[in-house]
Amino acid sequence: MPVVLQVANLVKSFGSLTAVNDVSFEIRQGSCFGLLGPNGAGKTTTIEMMEGIKTPDSGTIRYQGKPLGERFRNEAGIMFQTTALQEHIKVREIMLQFSRFYPDSASIDELASQFALHDFLHQDTRKLSGGQKQRLLLAMAQINKPKILFLDEPTTGLDPQSRRNLWKEVQKIKEEGATVLLTTHYMEEAYELCDEIAIMDHGRIIAHDAPDALLAAHFDDVVVQLHAADIPRDIGEREFHATYRNDSAHIVTGDVNKTIEHLLQFDIPLDRLRIRARDLEDLFLELTGKELRA
Amino acid sequence: MLNRIYALFVARNLEFFRDRSALAWSILLPILIIFVFAFAFTDDNPEKFKVALVKTAGLEGATARFRQTRFIRFIEYDEAETNLHKVERHQIDLLFDPNSRRYWINQTSPNGYIVEKLLVAAFADSGESLQQNLVEGDEIRYIDWVIPGVIGMNIMWGALFGIGYVIVRYRKFGVLKRLRATPVTAMEFLSAQILSRLWLLVLVNTVIFIAMDYFVDFRMLGSYINLFLVFTLGCINMICCGLVVAARISSEEVANGILNLFSWPMMFLSGVWFSLEGAHPLMQKFALLLPLTHITDAAREIMIDGAGILQVSDHLLVLGVSSVILLVVGARIFQWE
Repeated sequence: MPVVLQVANLVKSFGSLTAVNDVSFEIRQGSCFGLLGPNGAGKTTTIEMMEGIKTPDSGTIRYQGKPLGERFRNEAGIMFQTTALQEHIKVREIMLQFSRFYPDSASIDELASQFALHDFLHQDTRKLSGGQKQRLLLAMAQINKPKILFLDEPTTGLDPQSRRNLWKEVQKIKEEGATVLLTTHYMEEAYELCDEIAIMDHGRIIAHDAPDALLAAHFDDVVVQLHAADIPRDIGEREFHATYRNDSAHIVTGDVNKTIEHLLQFDIPLDRLRIRARDLEDLFLELTGKELRA
Repeated sequence: MLNRIYALFVARNLEFFRDRSALAWSILLPILIIFVFAFAFTDDNPEKFKVALVKTAGLEGATARFRQTRFIRFIEYDEAETNLHKVERHQIDLLFDPNSRRYWINQTSPNGYIVEKLLVAAFADSGESLQQNLVEGDEIRYIDWVIPGVIGMNIMWGALFGIGYVIVRYRKFGVLKRLRATPVTAMEFLSAQILSRLWLLVLVNTVIFIAMDYFVDFRMLGSYINLFLVFTLGCINMICCGLVVAARISSEEVANGILNLFSWPMMFLSGVWFSLEGAHPLMQKFALLLPLTHITDAAREIMIDGAGILQVSDHLLVLGVSSVILLVVGARIFQWE
């Protein structure tokens, strides 16, 4: 697939802080590219430079082989992490306003049906719930029938049901052929939606590949997970090199049978034992030393 | 491009008309001010009479005696001829030139009649003869004088805060950021804001003008078209001032402070409430730097004196040129974030 967006040697500093430090990657047409990273990693600054909102100190961003220009503005759909809308304006009116900004815009009624906006189409935008507002913002990002869609943490703050509904919408957008750039705090979301992910930390990309390829490259073991109360911390850390997170103890092992035998030697109850494959959350922790939602 | 400006124009108008409390306040406040000033403070000045004296080397004899009369406010002018219109409009009860011993009064002015008696009495035993000159003209009430200033002031508040505060709020809450992510250009956005605010200011102040005319039947001698031109140019000028203030700031508190820094000196130093005549020459010169002075003076000249467009052209020129400068500066330094 051809490259739609090309980012090369991007640098952006705020005072003495280098928020984005020599970042380069390419996004292929029709793919979903995920940019992951802990808070302050530089992903929002990166995406905002790609959207043309912030100007890089150095480096280049090219859309369809050319610097960002009028064509990009007409073909890009953008959903920010947080967006305020003009006050005292109704949902339909704000959609109508945005549709007038573009030479070719989608039908408001069709978007309202697609994103289930009909129930609050004539409501003041200030009176929308979190889920309703996110649906509206996603619909607004679609109003110009974008060829490339930027979604900056689109599901943050949503309940699980709303989050899954939004995933379905993004899947549909992908199926229709649009290219998607997504930042997220949710590994499950990245795994579900992204064809390729880049993990950022301290302004740099520290890993970049397809999710399964990244997992295969970094892990050949599994996690034996126990309830923290079932395995005393001193035994867990000394004998099993367990890490404790919230209420659970995680033991990484390449040989499950041997680990279970070892646990039984210490009379550790196995009633609440779970074995799971390593996931992006583990990868993220291993690469950055931080929990994603910390 | 026009489509995008139109879309932003419509949205801003909807915001304005649906914000009912702000809308009501922008219309009612100036009307309330007029009522308070017109009726509550009309008669609290112990100096009931105003007499203008043409400057002379030294006051002596009967003129000095007359000058000592209590409860008369004496004002000094360099010459008589250029100030006769103030006698015509009852702004001065009597104008006296001690050098030629000529005085001017308005026959229809009750105060002029009384002050004339006092002047004649002061000269009764002096053996000096006085020469009476009569002028004609209707009385200018304080309310006639203050209304152009109040409308100018309302334009100032509406423009400075209506543009400045709104853009700063848009920037602070990310509305500008969202618009920047569309094909809308800075010039399109600013044009829509200017046009929307201009049309709303003209509409609101026309409503205020008609309402006040209905209630107090103020003096309007000049052309409505000329007055409309003055107020419209005044709106544009104040909007451009607001644009410059709002070009980069993203804090409502800072914007509020700067807008107040602009507006309060204009409130009191532009001659809205009190004539600057007799004020320190430096203050009078400073007042000429303030756009509200030019709006108020031009409107007064049209409404009270019936001045034509040429007679107020100096004010229009100042307003026009400074509007262009402010607009260019505002547009050049404007930042979305």
